[in-house]
Amino acid sequence: MKTESVLEKILAAGHLAVTSECGPPRGALPEKVKEKAEMLRGYVDAINVTDNQTAVVRMSSLSACILIKQLGLDPILQMVTRDRNRLAMQSDILGAYAHGINNMLCLSGDHPCFGDHPMAANVYDLDSMQLIQVVRKMRDEGRFQGGDEIENPPKMFIGAAANPFADPFELRAIRLAKKVKAGVDFIQTQCIYNIDKFGKWMKEICERGLNEKVSILAGITPLKSAGMANYMRNKVPGMDVPEELVKRMAGVPKKDQADEGIKICLETIEQLKTMEGIRGFHIMAIEWEQKVPEIVERAGLLPRPQV
Amino acid sequence: MIVAEKKPIEEIIEEIKDYKKILIAGCNECVTVCEAGGKKEVGVLASALRMYFINNGKKMEIDEVTLERQCDHEYLEEIRNQIGQYDAVVSLACGVGVQFMAEKYRRIPIYPGVNTSFMGVTEERGVWTERCQGCGQCILARTASICPISRCAKRLLNGPCGGSTNGKCEISKDLDCAWQLIIDRLKELNRLDDYEKLLPIKDWSTERAGGPRKVVREDVRL
Repeated sequence: MKTESVLEKILAAGHLAVTSECGPPRGALPEKVKEKAEMLRGYVDAINVTDNQTAVVRMSSLSACILIKQLGLDPILQMVTRDRNRLAMQSDILGAYAHGINNMLCLSGDHPCFGDHPMAANVYDLDSMQLIQVVRKMRDEGRFQGGDEIENPPKMFIGAAANPFADPFELRAIRLAKKVKAGVDFIQTQCIYNIDKFGKWMKEICERGLNEKVSILAGITPLKSAGMANYMRNKVPGMDVPEELVKRMAGVPKKDQADEGIKICLETIEQLKTMEGIRGFHIMAIEWEQKVPEIVERAGLLPRPQV
Repeated sequence: MIVAEKKPIEEIIEEIKDYKKILIAGCNECVTVCEAGGKKEVGVLASALRMYFINNGKKMEIDEVTLERQCDHEYLEEIRNQIGQYDAVVSLACGVGVQFMAEKYRRIPIYPGVNTSFMGVTEERGVWTERCQGCGQCILARTASICPISRCAKRLLNGPCGGSTNGKCEISKDLDCAWQLIIDRLKELNRLDDYEKLLPIKDWSTERAGGPRKVVREDVRL
């Protein structure tokens, strides 16, 4: 074991892992964080805490992670390289580990132009692959990026994102290979709606033997309505929602569309469970967090293993 | 070249309106090529300002000059004998020229007439795009001669990010994804294997982060 992470232990024991996410509030509202996290107790192994997602200011990922850790749950500290330089990021990693947080997700982050401060300077001292290298060096060599030794180095279980649907498709597997080379332990993928395309990516991952080196958690987001399906298909960069799925959602009466969305999501999980290389699920129910327990339960992923 | 854009005339008027005699100084180098601060633009700005002050019943004398360069002592010296008669100068050179003129002529206010934008190329007539941010440690040998620092919106050294769609950047459909360009060119050069190598963590101390930069060449000093 590289770390004390429960998520690492669950994956090492060969169980299908389940993670979900909690977006911190746009205010100093600790109760909101606790509420969202409490809802997931017993249903997931770890909870991603987003870092100023979509470049909108929210409570810091680190402080929300600490609140969640204090509830006895396991957070995954998301960290984007957009807002902070390598000094700030490494000091936050020390702070996180000092609070018992031992999972991280390394991201580059959305460009500020999408957020509430489009006039902000962006940092990008490192990119996501370089952040992975920094966290690994801190853990495995006990050294800061600058080379100095760390007293009690932070042992983080290192995650990253992968989008099998972004362009150029033929390089997506190579890109994952680079993240593996950088030292990533687990991957959470973009939301999967196009299973055929995802399968092609996964096949290439397995042919390259990457599934042996990194645990891939399939990204799942239930569609709430035909409108949302349409929006995801047409407006969200790097998202692949096949037309037949939009049609299927639109084909049922409006009041039944949410149920249809859950049904689709359960079918997706069922298909992915048997796909080679899949080691678990990352369930992101956007503005619909209360549905996560039901999805986990109906997908037959309960009880969560005790390790 | 250094690419600049003309400042809105209202902004220039606001700065100079209380003077009586000003000099508009163009530059024959980069800002001429990008049509923001050459002899032609000096003439256009001077005429527009004269018209404005006449229409507003204010007496304002405006002279024009265009120097070979404003970033070299020798050309800035050419106006030494005449500059004393002006209340202020509006320099249409890049920010470098404005500052160098101000360093040389300490008692005369020098105002910028352009916004200095970036180091770039003329892609086509009337279209200029960025190519270099002067990071001080060129990595083009590793990126198929396409610079991700100046051309990727997140200056990712190991791109593309998940927002690359149909070869375009997530921030604008009019902007090429730098990493798509790099990959395409690596393919053309039959060097796609290079893409599998991780680009190392960058030392930004040779960039702005390291403080104002200086190059000293003992072998060419006088």
